[in-house]
Amino acid sequence: MLKAIGARSIDDLFAPIPAEYRLNRDLRIPRQMAESEIVDFFRQRSRENGDGYTSFLGAGAYFHYRPVIIDSLISRGEFLTAYTPYQAEISQGTLQSIFEFQTMICELTGMEVANASMYDGSTAAAEGVMMAVRLTGRRSVVVARNLHPEYREVLATYATHQGMPLSTVGFSDNGRINLKELEQSITPETACVLIQSPNFFGTIEDVDAMAEIAHKHGAMLVVSIAEAVSLGIIEPPRQADIIAMEAQSFGVPLGFGGPYCGVIATREKYVRQMPGRLVGQTVDKQGKRGFVLTLATREQHIRREKATSNICTNQALVALMVNIFMTVYGRVGLKELAKQNLAKTAYAANQFSKHGKVLFADSPRFNEFVVETSEDPYAINGRLLGHKIVGGLPLKKFYPEFGNAALWCCTELTTRSAIDTAAGLIAESERSVRSAKEEVEEVTQ
Amino acid sequence: MKHATPKATRHVNQNEGLIFEKSSPGKAAWKLPPLDVPEVDTAKLLGSAERKDLGHMPEVSEIEIIRHFTRMSTWNYAIDLGMYPLGSCTMKYNPRVNEAVARVEGIANGHPYQPEKISQGALQIIKTLSECLIEITGMDAITLQPAAGAHGEMTGLSMVRAYHESKGNPRKKILIPDSAHGTNPATAAMVGYAVENLKSDSRGMVDIASLEAQMNEDVAALMLTNPNTLGVFEQQIHKIADILHAKGGLLYMDGANMNALVGKVRPGDFGVDVMHLNLHKTFSTPHGGGGPGSGPVAIKKILEPFLPKPVVISHEDGTLGFEYDRPHSVGRVRAFYGNFGMFVRALAYIQANGPDGLRQTTEDAVLNANYIRKGLEGTYDLPYDTPSMHEVVFSDKLQAKKGVRTMDIAKRLIDYGFHPYTTAFPLIVPGALMIEPTESESVEEMDVFIDAMKSIAKEVEEDTQTVLDAPHTTRVSRLDETTAARKPILRWKPA
Repeated sequence: MLKAIGARSIDDLFAPIPAEYRLNRDLRIPRQMAESEIVDFFRQRSRENGDGYTSFLGAGAYFHYRPVIIDSLISRGEFLTAYTPYQAEISQGTLQSIFEFQTMICELTGMEVANASMYDGSTAAAEGVMMAVRLTGRRSVVVARNLHPEYREVLATYATHQGMPLSTVGFSDNGRINLKELEQSITPETACVLIQSPNFFGTIEDVDAMAEIAHKHGAMLVVSIAEAVSLGIIEPPRQADIIAMEAQSFGVPLGFGGPYCGVIATREKYVRQMPGRLVGQTVDKQGKRGFVLTLATREQHIRREKATSNICTNQALVALMVNIFMTVYGRVGLKELAKQNLAKTAYAANQFSKHGKVLFADSPRFNEFVVETSEDPYAINGRLLGHKIVGGLPLKKFYPEFGNAALWCCTELTTRSAIDTAAGLIAESERSVRSAKEEVEEVTQ
Repeated sequence: MKHATPKATRHVNQNEGLIFEKSSPGKAAWKLPPLDVPEVDTAKLLGSAERKDLGHMPEVSEIEIIRHFTRMSTWNYAIDLGMYPLGSCTMKYNPRVNEAVARVEGIANGHPYQPEKISQGALQIIKTLSECLIEITGMDAITLQPAAGAHGEMTGLSMVRAYHESKGNPRKKILIPDSAHGTNPATAAMVGYAVENLKSDSRGMVDIASLEAQMNEDVAALMLTNPNTLGVFEQQIHKIADILHAKGGLLYMDGANMNALVGKVRPGDFGVDVMHLNLHKTFSTPHGGGGPGSGPVAIKKILEPFLPKPVVISHEDGTLGFEYDRPHSVGRVRAFYGNFGMFVRALAYIQANGPDGLRQTTEDAVLNANYIRKGLEGTYDLPYDTPSMHEVVFSDKLQAKKGVRTMDIAKRLIDYGFHPYTTAFPLIVPGALMIEPTESESVEEMDVFIDAMKSIAKEVEEDTQTVLDAPHTTRVSRLDETTAARKPILRWKPA
């Protein structure tokens, strides 16, 4: 090959790189490993990574069953090793599957259009807000304090550079947004209100009331959905203007936080301000149905600095997992799946409430709930680990005022016996705190 | 060289409607275990929040789903089927061991909030990959949080902005060469900077005189792709860095083409201050029909305080953990820690190669691009004869005389069994044909490609209409994109 090119050595081809910058040594990285060694390395890391534990963690990342056909299908090289479907004639497989994905997201969210995916729920929320800013010509944003705290942090990062002032609206004793405070926090400059439902505490917001308040003041309502399975049994936020969703629950592995699958869905009239790729139906020269990437004039490769977003690569293969999951469960299965989540959670909340205090108990919830204990939840969780159980997420990390409260999550995979074990340990904790207190009281008397 | 077997042949291809058209009540592909807790009264629990109906969600059986997606998959071209010479996209082989290790139980099912004590495996993967990428780039620190290249650009420019703000002035604009990827200007706008274009010189490189004239205290950074989108190494790179640094500006490198440099030269050694990598290009994680990607950002020491949070640290007892207390951080750019599954794959790729393998990968990628350049020189116009690194850019100048443009040639290439090259980019080459073979291709596959491109050039002269009407062998012919955009149909609706 060198001879064909007319080069004497491979170094000739690197001559354009000034000699003083060339690396004349080996990279200091691990030596080359055989496949068997690589597999062994990662099996070892897996053993150090919670393999074999039962978890009560949710908070934006949910452990649901993944039907095996998801991996069988996404492992097909034609899906796995294809590029973005710009060349429509040889990408109809990817394009039609995205078109079906967009359709099912619309059916589930009650929206009219959905895009082909965003990076995740947090960036989808930030992009949804920026879309509302473009649509309203207003700049400030009201953010629910019970929106996932990390989503709020991401929005803050994006907003800094966009000159978008953020303000926060708090929640009431029932865990839901305080509607009076919401009304007061909206100004004539408010582009949108960003909320989450089910919110970070798992309770379901009164979306219709919030939409009415936002719309009355000419602001939009952007709703973030972090637990997609809730859509099987919870009425979607149909009054929202933009829905920014995390679809990880639909067949995507927890994977220590990613890759996940964000989605934006909205009304048809707002489509030209949407970020991200869209697939549309059309016909070929013979009039045969086919699919193409469309409305690309919104995107960076055409519009450059005037694009609706800089997003290019999205989460296509993850969206395919989501698509297959939605197809497997479908109209009936998704509802039954959501009902099982509801039943497990109701049972757990009931068991926990016998010993600890379940907060926001009167608000409707999906599969998460907040439990307040007398003892520090980190201490209780430490003991649970001994039973190979990961307890709920202590909330003081994000909400200092919550002290000893933790966010627990149950899905269809949570067993009654794990719930009973966890409830038993909370009962023990409460008993020991109580008897310690009584001892102190006896001493002081 | 003669080939006994032609690259592609027509064969029976299954048709398949939309999944909704196959749905009928009562079909199911799911089964839940019996509930081990009491049933609940959903109406009582949820009240008005209860959803009654899931609209037109499909009801189909498992075999129907398998066939549905398998049939659709056969309508795609893929690396697994042959050379995918998309310039700038680096469509290299995606090793299957990467997929296997990403699915090991504790790695696939780790929860991002599980206690650090039982997250040491994941943290070790993050740390090891970070160290490898820092060494490969010659930089000082890195964040793996960004979800894709464009997201990395945003993260990098946010750090640039924070750096300038810490000096009292965020500055106003970003310089971007006219050959840059569209994400560069779009990102600059997202980070609140104005974009100023920078001309290329006659060799396709940054015009040093223009840069000197345009550089001033309003410029926050130059975003430079190196090798640039012509596949040309910016030979004056250090001079470029000096001009920027002299006026307090920073050099951002778009690492989309890092696969031309790994093991041979390190951006940190030639003056780059901040850069992103695309794990889905250089480090072999699959493109998956458009994603997921992963866009780590490597930086010099001066930018370290501004890294997104959290960062991975070693505790005194030797265990690893996350540090959140970073007062100067630009904040978070994504929930959790990034596209972790892609870190696993990229690290497996680095391990499978080691220092020698990575160097050879780069050499083979450059060798292959030059082999194709030599093979097609003369047949297609080469607008810049500057030496090529990992990709080569031709133009359709010779074929345009017959009214055939780059997109027509690309579509005809499909009939020969190849995916098209990148068309109409970079913008500084009218009618560009941007070809990147990557290291994955054998000389045999490249010879078939060169023959195909030569054959098309001949067809342009002798049978122009065949090229203009291509492709002829695909299940759909050229699609009506104008109508698709004018009257968008973005979802299926029941008849």
